[in-house]
Amino acid sequence: MDAIPLFFLLGFVARLARSDLKIPGQLYEALSIYLLLAIGLKGGMELARQDALALIPQALSVMALGAIIPLIAFPVLHKLGKLDRFNAAAIAGHYGSVSVVTYAVAADYLIARSTEFEAYLPLFLVLLEMPGIAVGILLARMGGDFRSVRWGALGHEIFLGKSMVLLGGGLLIGWVAGPTGLAPLEPFFFDLFKGVLCLFLLEMGLVAASQAPALRTSGVFLAVFAIVMPIFSATLGSVLGMMIGLSAGGTLLLATLAASASYIAAPAAMRIAVPEANPGLSITAALVITFPFNILIGIPLYDRIIGLLFGS
Amino acid sequence: MRETHPCKLVVMIAEAAIEDSLARDVMRLGAHGYTVADVRGQGSHGVRRALWGADRSIRMEVLCDELTSNAIVDHVEKHYFDHYAMIAYVSDVGVLRPGKFQHKD
Repeated sequence: MDAIPLFFLLGFVARLARSDLKIPGQLYEALSIYLLLAIGLKGGMELARQDALALIPQALSVMALGAIIPLIAFPVLHKLGKLDRFNAAAIAGHYGSVSVVTYAVAADYLIARSTEFEAYLPLFLVLLEMPGIAVGILLARMGGDFRSVRWGALGHEIFLGKSMVLLGGGLLIGWVAGPTGLAPLEPFFFDLFKGVLCLFLLEMGLVAASQAPALRTSGVFLAVFAIVMPIFSATLGSVLGMMIGLSAGGTLLLATLAASASYIAAPAAMRIAVPEANPGLSITAALVITFPFNILIGIPLYDRIIGLLFGS
Repeated sequence: MRETHPCKLVVMIAEAAIEDSLARDVMRLGAHGYTVADVRGQGSHGVRRALWGADRSIRMEVLCDELTSNAIVDHVEKHYFDHYAMIAYVSDVGVLRPGKFQHKD
């Protein structure tokens, strides 16, 4: 068993048991800044070793995946789940976007098993962040009033939101500076990464448990969706990973990205663009069910599926 | 006791997601300024512990004259009350330097 997901469980159980353990909001901010920058830098550094132009077809197909997932999730939520258009679209948008921490846990899973993967995959993390959110918003506004959307504020939130700036900025810095330029930063950004990830997961456990009571009101359908949808998306991601020629490790990361649901960028964007949607529903699904499912069960499960696909 | 001048104190407690647009709105509606603090608490939208991004709440205070106070309250009632976790209240307070809080055209 990997140690890292256990920190999530510790936080989760501590909150349920009403421990006074609390991670200050400012530390949460600092940890998330560190993780986003470190992941961006690592990806950028590897990007510097690649022919960036050759990655364009891969990048475009990955962005298409981000747009397709909410298009599939939306009718399921709207027709099958009987959720109204706004809630169905907002939740679909969350599932089209990605969770950075889920990615980090999957990368650690591969490193712990000495499985090789394309280290430039944080590029896909950046590319997958936005399309799902955009499609979610379009679905919410389709046939309705587009004028009510504050496009300026929304564009600002999506493109200049914390996660985009830090991930994209880290990617650019890593790309420009390259491995030699980043060498002095390695002890801080790369060697300490796992420890910081553990602290962050401890915090996520506390947060997820504090949101858990909302499960009682969100309904069984959403709980089932929050488990079935990631498995379906991971399968899509696995097939795409194979089609675009990723290694088995890279395919697992892409599958995990497809399976993950955003709980940082998407909630902020959806609150501005689709205020009619109840944020409690999407956050409960993404954070209380899908996130723990992915890091505890999903990643090893997707690894099995990909193992079968790759025939090993 | 020191003499003060009557003024309105508009207090809005809302989810942090709308802090920027709320700040722009109150300035546009004639306020001279505002003060924002991070807060936590419980209301009809459940417990908000300020543990992470989507769970953060703010309290915005605006000292202004009655004209501005009415404009702000009408505006937030129309644009935010339906879909956001938010409350607003107005109280009468006494201020020094009343010129600082008159409606800005």
